[in-house]
Amino acid sequence: VRVALFAACFNELLFPETPRAVVELLERLGHTVEFPEAQTCCGQMHANSGYRREAMPLLRRFVATFEPYEAIVSPSASCVGMVRESYPRLVEGDRELSAAVAELAPRVYELTELLVDVLGVEDVGARLEARAVYHPTCHSLRGLRLGDRPLRLLRAVRDLELAELPRADECCGFGGTFAVKNAAVSTAMLEDKLADVSASGAQLVVAVDNSCLMHIGGGARHARLPIETRHLAEILVSR
Amino acid sequence: VSADGFPERAERALADRQLRANLGHATATIRRKRDAVVGELPEWEALRDAGAAIKDAALADLPRLLEELEVRVVKAGGVVHWARDGREACEIVASIARTHEVDEVVKVKSLATDEIGLNEALATAGVSAVETDLAELIVQLAHDRPSHIVVPAIHLNRNEIRDVFAASFADERLEAVPEALAEAARIHLREKLLSARMAVSGANFAVAETGTICVVESEGNGRFCLTLPDVLVTVMGIEKVVPTFRDLEVMLQLLPRSATGERMNPYTSLWHGVTPNDGPQEFHLVLLDNGRTSVLADEVGRAALRCIRCAACLNVCPVYERTGGHAYGSVYPGPIGAILTPQLHGLQQGRTLPWASSLCGACYEVCPVKIDIPRILVHLRQRIVEDGGAGVLGPAGMKAAAFVFRGSRRFRLAQRLARPLLRLPVGPLRGWLRSRAAPSIPEHGFRDWWTRRG
Repeated sequence: VRVALFAACFNELLFPETPRAVVELLERLGHTVEFPEAQTCCGQMHANSGYRREAMPLLRRFVATFEPYEAIVSPSASCVGMVRESYPRLVEGDRELSAAVAELAPRVYELTELLVDVLGVEDVGARLEARAVYHPTCHSLRGLRLGDRPLRLLRAVRDLELAELPRADECCGFGGTFAVKNAAVSTAMLEDKLADVSASGAQLVVAVDNSCLMHIGGGARHARLPIETRHLAEILVSR
Repeated sequence: VSADGFPERAERALADRQLRANLGHATATIRRKRDAVVGELPEWEALRDAGAAIKDAALADLPRLLEELEVRVVKAGGVVHWARDGREACEIVASIARTHEVDEVVKVKSLATDEIGLNEALATAGVSAVETDLAELIVQLAHDRPSHIVVPAIHLNRNEIRDVFAASFADERLEAVPEALAEAARIHLREKLLSARMAVSGANFAVAETGTICVVESEGNGRFCLTLPDVLVTVMGIEKVVPTFRDLEVMLQLLPRSATGERMNPYTSLWHGVTPNDGPQEFHLVLLDNGRTSVLADEVGRAALRCIRCAACLNVCPVYERTGGHAYGSVYPGPIGAILTPQLHGLQQGRTLPWASSLCGACYEVCPVKIDIPRILVHLRQRIVEDGGAGVLGPAGMKAAAFVFRGSRRFRLAQRLARPLLRLPVGPLRGWLRSRAAPSIPEHGFRDWWTRRG
């Protein structure tokens, strides 16, 4: 399958190893990956912060950039959620754009959806020796409803021991600008998430959103806890 | 109502470790109970759809339904009053008290009367209002404010309650055990209930086709208020009306399971108008607008008026669970409060509240009438930003970011410039760095790798 990669601005800037892992993983599985260079940002930060007017050109750009592709993949659940849930609302009243979004949105997949649902693969041949927990981020859990797709992929990773994360479904406290605007509450949520990770005995937190992982990992390093964070794509490409 | 500065109030609340422990424990208990009784209904999702549909139908037809309700209530011997705002509603209740020359009224737990500050207004008119719901009584005696919609004293533990009662009832030997505390309240309240000549209640539902008013409760003190005094006044937000009696079948399943984790609440009182020689012989219904029609005018925000005040969204909210209700500075705390307060009282009130959420979506999942709270939070952020209000990173930062993202060459260049800058602890990064280390900034972005790879 020919797949277009939406890397997500945040990953391009701060976590380039994640989209790299997606490219390497898909190529290893025998697929062709393209990176349309016109892509920038899906507009999530603007839309969720109330800057609809600023988000609209980014939305149009996303639609124009990815319209020609039959499958689009992104290693960012919150961005995929933006396209699937928020785009239709943002374009309400614009018939042409609504039609374009309705056409495009179902072809935009989060990485684990592409692997499990479209490519029909759960064992990607990865190997990693670690004790890990999977943190289901809010957008992947309640937005995209990824269910156990990420866990099915992780369970197939050789030598990876998956621990149970207590209160896994609770938000880590990132929430985009919430992390700065309401830093104290965000931190209180983070402390509890880190305590739950520590209680699980895991040394590695895996998720499908680097934004949440940056928050969890930053908290762990600030508190000098022996906890690392890594995007699921990077686990799946490990050997 | 003052609801400015959620971040500051939240930070103060978070410093209270005892409060956090109390709240964490209490909300976890209600969550577990709610999950258990919701889980046993295979048709729960269909019930939620039905609940949302009933409320939407009612909101779409509100003027006709309210007039129908008025006709039915009047026909059954009641009096109906229309109040544009809290001041009018308070004046109506106070004048009824004056007519009957009462200086004390007993109250059924009611959010609407808290919203309009009825107790304070009555006090000014020389009438003392006695809360009869146990938790409301505790809060009233403590000169405190409710911090939860269903469990108003959730922020207090039993030792704190003992101290309040010991001081109020002049009983220094009172023990901090639930039975002793309940008995002290019971003795105090029985006297009030048996002597009261006028009661004030809210309403959980009002049925247009029959003129029936419905109040649900757990303790039975409300039932006392609704049956013993000669005069009963019900203050009801206009969004509480449902079209038909059958609608209660759905609502009375959704509410107790969501609110207290019970299949059925212990007391459900239904009445219409006046029944000769049985119960209150004078019944007044005050229909309260107080901002509701302006909420109705907002196509996205109006879904907030479906709310049946179950507080399930508070109990699952990771923000509420840690800050408690007082941080929201409103009668309506938690996620539902964050969308109701600014809408009911104007965007100037509580303009920080729509940001008091990580948009985690837990509230929407449990809402029995499917209010998409995260969507309305974002919608209100947008209204406030477009109103020239405080953005988060500031409008300049947001506009600059949007400019960068409007072109891929700009984006590439900006990435190169941003990487070294992100290593400096300035701007929003300062808030970040208080509790989180900065991410290590890579030398090259993804685009550089992709291009090199050819």
